[in-house]
Amino acid sequence: MIVAKPKPFRKIKQFTDPYENILVVGCNTCVAVCLTGGEKEAEQLASKLRLHRRHQGLGGTVDTITVLRQCEHEYIDELKEAVEGRDLILSTACNIGPQALAERYEDVRVVPAMNTNMLGMVKEHQTWTEYCVACGDCVIQYTGGLCPIARCAKELLNGPCGGSQDGRCEISPDVECVWQSIHDKMVRLGMADDLKKILGPRNWSWSKHGGPRTFSKEGFKP
Amino acid sequence: MKSGFTLERVLGAGAFAVTAELGPPKGADPQVIIDKAALLKGHADAVNITDNQTAIVRMSSMAAARLVIEQGLEPIMQMTCRDRNRLAMQADILGAAALGVRNLLCLTGDHQSFGNHPKSKGVYDLDSVTLIKMVKDMRDVPAFECGDEVETPPELFIGAAANPYADPFPFRAVRLAKKVEAGIDFVQTQIIYNVEKFEQFMEQCRELGVTERCRILAGVAPLKSAGMAKYMKNRVAGMDVTDEVVERMSAADDAQDEGIDICVEIIKRVREVDGVAGVHIMAVEWEEAVAEITSRAGLEPGHKVLQDG
Ligand code: SF4
Ligand code: SF4
Repeated sequence: MIVAKPKPFRKIKQFTDPYENILVVGCNTCVAVCLTGGEKEAEQLASKLRLHRRHQGLGGTVDTITVLRQCEHEYIDELKEAVEGRDLILSTACNIGPQALAERYEDVRVVPAMNTNMLGMVKEHQTWTEYCVACGDCVIQYTGGLCPIARCAKELLNGPCGGSQDGRCEISPDVECVWQSIHDKMVRLGMADDLKKILGPRNWSWSKHGGPRTFSKEGFKP
Repeated sequence: MKSGFTLERVLGAGAFAVTAELGPPKGADPQVIIDKAALLKGHADAVNITDNQTAIVRMSSMAAARLVIEQGLEPIMQMTCRDRNRLAMQADILGAAALGVRNLLCLTGDHQSFGNHPKSKGVYDLDSVTLIKMVKDMRDVPAFECGDEVETPPELFIGAAANPYADPFPFRAVRLAKKVEAGIDFVQTQIIYNVEKFEQFMEQCRELGVTERCRILAGVAPLKSAGMAKYMKNRVAGMDVTDEVVERMSAADDAQDEGIDICVEIIKRVREVDGVAGVHIMAVEWEEAVAEITSRAGLEPGHKVLQDG
């Protein structure tokens, strides 16, 4: 899933202070699961803002509404009425959400309350870890099902660098060395010899480096 | 002959090679390089010119390599994958060859979070293995990575690094074998303090046929103080400083002298290991130690031995 983290409240104040009629829009998909931008969190942010504005003697209103998915037109179209008369939309979705809103509601300024962090999963309780960077050319069929692009600090394709120690990455003892895990998994599978094969150079043009990507499923368009 | 230069000739003739290290300055003064080169000249067959080592910005390895050539010393230019994509690398490889560089050491590079620009974007378009293959193809096919022909191929002796002390241990020799497969001519190892583990690594290298296909230079470095020994033992990932070495450094009255002695003993031991073709002495910011180490170890650079017949 997409994991997004709230921006610091001091930044959010900066974006929102000059506006009068603010709509905080939550999203009930990924950010609701990672407990940062769903209905509950959007409401919490709105009340925090209201309190701050009262203390600062700033007038205006802060309302909130949440849709199932901000990244689909079908759901953001529902907001037409709620957006009416607003001078600012503050989105608590991942950063696809505010873009979708900015495009859909052309005359309203939209600002993000979040930073999209990663594509990850919960590894430990309420701790998300990056598992994929959407590189466009998945290689995990060669690497024991574990990703060396998202999970190795140097995106290595040919085995652990000289800084791998006790299963930890050279950048920090808190970071797993995925190449140790890949090696262990391949040994367990009896496939360690497969790691002798040289992989790469990669074709990065399938990743973001090839420019913004689009995808249309064949036979899907009417 | 791939490069036709000193390091290749020494290793090709089976003489014991000595290489050292020269770190470029954090400034634009060429005199720093000239002074360091003077300390190393005559004591090594070639010297590594580091490339933004530990991700700290310094004078470029290509420029420093050229300055070293002008001092009559042979450089081994280091190139990391951290700071450049394949376009920049190939351009620099051609440029370096045009400037007379004949040895290229291909590295992935320390992660940018270690250095003085932790906010920078790491490149890692290639890794050390695919970089090696690209350089070899530029020299031998001769073709760029994209397949286009290289008009005048760079004559290069290709090197890499290997760390017997990183994990997972059983993969370290395999990883070196991949570098051999990709096209290296020589390799320099991480600094050796734990000789027993190095011997096990070399045994694996022999089993994989690595020692027949590439020349291995054992990495050594003199410790300057007990503090440095402890720091390297506890804080540097991929380093294996033994307790014995730390104790000796702590007990010594003259730590620098003891550091040099330990280094000399290690050189003498690794020289005996089957498949070791030379030593790489890393006396970073302590270049004057190299002359002392080689003299105490009774080590003459291979090119001098060959000259003297
Ligand atoms: S290889 Fe690419 S697509 Fe596959 S998991 Fe890693 S980043 Fe995602
Ligand atoms: S230590 Fe492991 S995860 Fe970290 S950069 Fe090296 S190979 Fe990648």
